[in-house]
Amino acid sequence: MTAMTTRKTVRRVILSTLLLLLGLAFLFPLYIMLINSLKNRAELYMSPVALPMGMLWGNYAEAARKMDFMRALGNSLFITIVSVVFIVIFSSMCAWMIARKNDKLSKLVYFIFVATMLIPFQTLMMPLVQMMKWSRQTLGVPVLNTYGGIIFMYIGFGMSLAVFLFHGFVKGIPLSLEEAATLDGCSRGGVFWRIVFPMLKPTIVTVIILDIIWIWNDYLLPSLVLNNKALRTIPLSTSSFFGVFTIQWNQAMAGLTMAIIPVIIFYFCAQKYIIKGVAAGAVK
Amino acid sequence: MVTHKKRERFWFFLFVFPALISFFIVVIIPFLIGIGYSFVSWDGLSMNPVKFVGMDNYARLFTDVRFGESAQHTVIFTFLSVILINVLGLVLALLVTSRLKVTTIARTMFFMPNLIGGLILGYIWKFILSDAFKAIGTQSGLTGVFFNWLLHPTAALMALVVVITWQMAGYVMIIYITGIQSVPEEVMEAATIDGAGPWRKFFTIELPLIMPSVTICTFYSLSNCFKIYDINLSLTGGGPGTSTEMFAMNIFNEIFSYNNYGYGQAKAILFFLLIAVVAITQVSLTKRREVQL
Repeated sequence: MTAMTTRKTVRRVILSTLLLLLGLAFLFPLYIMLINSLKNRAELYMSPVALPMGMLWGNYAEAARKMDFMRALGNSLFITIVSVVFIVIFSSMCAWMIARKNDKLSKLVYFIFVATMLIPFQTLMMPLVQMMKWSRQTLGVPVLNTYGGIIFMYIGFGMSLAVFLFHGFVKGIPLSLEEAATLDGCSRGGVFWRIVFPMLKPTIVTVIILDIIWIWNDYLLPSLVLNNKALRTIPLSTSSFFGVFTIQWNQAMAGLTMAIIPVIIFYFCAQKYIIKGVAAGAVK
Repeated sequence: MVTHKKRERFWFFLFVFPALISFFIVVIIPFLIGIGYSFVSWDGLSMNPVKFVGMDNYARLFTDVRFGESAQHTVIFTFLSVILINVLGLVLALLVTSRLKVTTIARTMFFMPNLIGGLILGYIWKFILSDAFKAIGTQSGLTGVFFNWLLHPTAALMALVVVITWQMAGYVMIIYITGIQSVPEEVMEAATIDGAGPWRKFFTIELPLIMPSVTICTFYSLSNCFKIYDINLSLTGGGPGTSTEMFAMNIFNEIFSYNNYGYGQAKAILFFLLIAVVAITQVSLTKRREVQL
């Protein structure tokens, strides 16, 4: 009996160790990035896999300066947060209304949102750029190189999936609470904000997580909308860092490490929600 | 009664309007305009004329060698990547649903690359697969494996497969975990009692029961690989030459680098049609394999 349990324990320890080793192997590229961000050029080419001999923090200072890192971080935070807040508010309002109304018009609206999810961004990018030019020249409304312009676009692009997710969730919650509130004299708006919106919390979390990951990491849209250096997001400043300077890999690695730090912090703060949100978003 | 109806309509539009208007301006209108652009010849400069050419742009697509090659790269890349992503993702999911204590940490590690944007991942791997690999090769003498992958057409395409697999395996793992956890414990136990080994149990019971997850994961990985741009741009930039240029990059270059606005847009419309056809076919194919308990 004891022999069997010991054998089981040994097996467990071995399997656990193997799993952890596999996990570490998975993160090996990030280790390479980290160690090489602290080397000088000669050392980096001499021994790209070995731990650094010294700690050259100067690489970080230099990369931060070239990338204008703090500004890019601020831009990324601002654009992501504002876009996500609006996506959540607008899409939940719309999804609730069309799910509850469920007449022909609502069904059409829902169908349009869902059917267009297959359109890739590449199909829309050129007409969008043309519309941006037109809106400035003809309407006098600047879209290119404005925070408002890119945020508006993220709101539009974020609608489909968010409406789809909220719609599915609303269908699953019973009507009785809402009816009771209406009988007590609550307006439609009151019913939504006081009763429904708080109940949507699980889906709100899912939408927030999925949209943060998407908007934070998006490169193509900002590269078309934000040409002004002062408005660059982190992906844009990273790519310009690689484009303009002949690659000094040690500084480049420092830059990449900095670009990843906010994501890592976010991951450790919201890990539980991230895993849940991704699972919920995919299964629906 | 009339005022009630009016009030209802007011609320309806108040709630639906913000979502709908932003969506229309950003998605529907550009899509429709885009269809129109695909029938013209234009270089994107407002002082130059926009010439209607009918179906010429679409006809030209069939003789465009570079576009054909980018299609080839995309298909090979997508085929290999989808298989690798799903096999690895499923294996990881099976590993982390065992009753070990370290599974939570392991999940965190496997999922990590997904939070980092494709552009940044591409740059990290660019260093590893080019300079670091070369240095390791010269020092260890294993130049058969460790050489600058990004200078060799086939190896560079494989490099893209490696990076996307690394990024997405952790994502589909999460979806497979949900599927595996929904397989009833009793069914698996019954099979064990009946004497089924672990392989048999997996292939005849578990796999058919998690087919819905397979549908979702193949759909997700397929459409993502098909549309790949960021990693393509930062890892290989389409090179060496144009040997790793995919659909998305080819379209971008046609429009914004060579200023063929109409022709590039025709490619973009075809790209949309391809994605729609492939995605719908795939979903209906894998759906047929799903079983109900």
